[in-house]
Amino acid sequence: MPMDFKTALFYILSAILVVAALRVVTARNPVHAVLFLVLAFFNASGLWLLLQAEFLAIALIVVYVGAVMVLFLFVVMMLDINLERLREGFWGNLWLGGPIAVLMVVEMVAVLSARTFGPEAMPVPAAPAAGYSNTKALGMAIYTDYIYPFELASVILLVALIAAVVLNLRQRRDNKQLNPAEQIAIKRKDRVRIVSMPSEKE
Amino acid sequence: MENVVLQFFQWFWNLFGLWDALWAFVKPVWPLVWVVMKIVAILVPLMLSVAYLTFWERKVIGWMQVRIGPNRVGPWGLLQPIADGMKLFFKEVLVPAGANKGLFFVGPVMAIAPALAAWAVVPFFDGGALADIDAGLFYVLAMTSMGIYGVIIAGWASNSKYPFLGAMRASAQMVSYEIAMGMALVCVLMISNSLNLSDIVRAQGRGWFADHGAGFLSWNWIPLLPMFVVYFISGVAETNRAPFDVVEGESEIVAGHMVEFSGMAFAMFFLAEYANMILVATLTSVLFLGGWLSPVGFLPDGFHWLAVKISFFLFLFLWFRATFPRYRYDQIMRLGWKVFVPLTLVWIGVIGTWMVSPWNIFK
Repeated sequence: MPMDFKTALFYILSAILVVAALRVVTARNPVHAVLFLVLAFFNASGLWLLLQAEFLAIALIVVYVGAVMVLFLFVVMMLDINLERLREGFWGNLWLGGPIAVLMVVEMVAVLSARTFGPEAMPVPAAPAAGYSNTKALGMAIYTDYIYPFELASVILLVALIAAVVLNLRQRRDNKQLNPAEQIAIKRKDRVRIVSMPSEKE
Repeated sequence: MENVVLQFFQWFWNLFGLWDALWAFVKPVWPLVWVVMKIVAILVPLMLSVAYLTFWERKVIGWMQVRIGPNRVGPWGLLQPIADGMKLFFKEVLVPAGANKGLFFVGPVMAIAPALAAWAVVPFFDGGALADIDAGLFYVLAMTSMGIYGVIIAGWASNSKYPFLGAMRASAQMVSYEIAMGMALVCVLMISNSLNLSDIVRAQGRGWFADHGAGFLSWNWIPLLPMFVVYFISGVAETNRAPFDVVEGESEIVAGHMVEFSGMAFAMFFLAEYANMILVATLTSVLFLGGWLSPVGFLPDGFHWLAVKISFFLFLFLWFRATFPRYRYDQIMRLGWKVFVPLTLVWIGVIGTWMVSPWNIFK
């Protein structure tokens, strides 16, 4: 057996992930770029599944692939993007973008290749006991030990949500919006008058 | 089950005296072969159900409109879906000149793949799921949320107005109803204390009523009655069926994202839509109506009960289509965001309060 199945799967998922991530920045068509990002998320979720973090893996799919990227795609498809205009700024911004990219690569190499990060330095985590549920463990941690940070984060998100709505809420004067409550509250006598009259002869 | 199948193969191939040679070859990959066999055992009946669901739909709507429905092909028209399938199979798949060639074919695949993948965790009887995983419910939610890509990609890749409008409508509608759907599922997993679909069914088999022979009163549909209704209606909206079918809206945008598709590419969307209908019906039965459990104590549990429940919900789908006029787009959005989402949020609070109160019945 040259390589066990999980390792092979890891390499396949990682290879697709890296290629997809590269294509996100190199794809000419922005819609293709977004779809490659979806593919990258999908493979990242596969990697998390291999690490037995099934809740996080599926949450990644539900939240990012199922909701965030759909809205992204929605917006990108509707924008009238002129690729030539976008490309014009490439050389002009290279003096800033290039050094930042190099800096990030150097930082990542410094962290990932450090002795404290290698497989020798990191102990192999103990195998989970039978009946261990990743979801339950995560829920316990979030709602007991980290309840305040968790609630703070949710409040911040809620504020951001309301702020976004408020910023976009403009009442147009020619708005033809219906009020369903009014529609339902209509009584027959408001609309129809039934007149009783004797039949007429011609 | 696995042993029975193996014994059968052993008996069968021993008739030709080939078993030992064959087994030496198959043994290393047997787990894979076994999973593939189970997948086929799920998908073949599913595809047949899809075919006959289209037939049943045309018949039921025909009767409701005092017509006869298809009755020409085969006895009582029973071969009609086969004929339809053959016709679609032999039609040419046209690609519009301005279409994005690659994505044009990725669209139908993305529509049908999640619709089939979600079946992996559905329990058909006790222990009868392809993958009885812990996060089963969450997995189903993830897979159904993927289905929208088929619609969007197809709509965009067609490079045409109606498909694009249809895709835009679809993405807004499906994302909206997913929220109500997810919130309704939160209530289910709260009272079941599990994300595993088999455990959710087993939890419904416990309780005072189940012990006294009236199991159907112990199922989730009574404590979660509003969620049961919200989930099923959201399911109808999620599958883009009438009265929520503005995505296709024949009278406005012809057939939405499917306008430019023909032959098998169109058939894939059709298969995906009906597979999703069956999936929603199955999940409603599993989550709220006790899955494979028998409604009364003196009859045995089994797959036949699940089949009866699924058929009932599928009939509701057809009944809705024959009964209700199509919703206007703003009405759909209002129902999703202003009615269902607040209702589910309130019910999560109600269930939570109930569970910490002394009257908690969900232990």
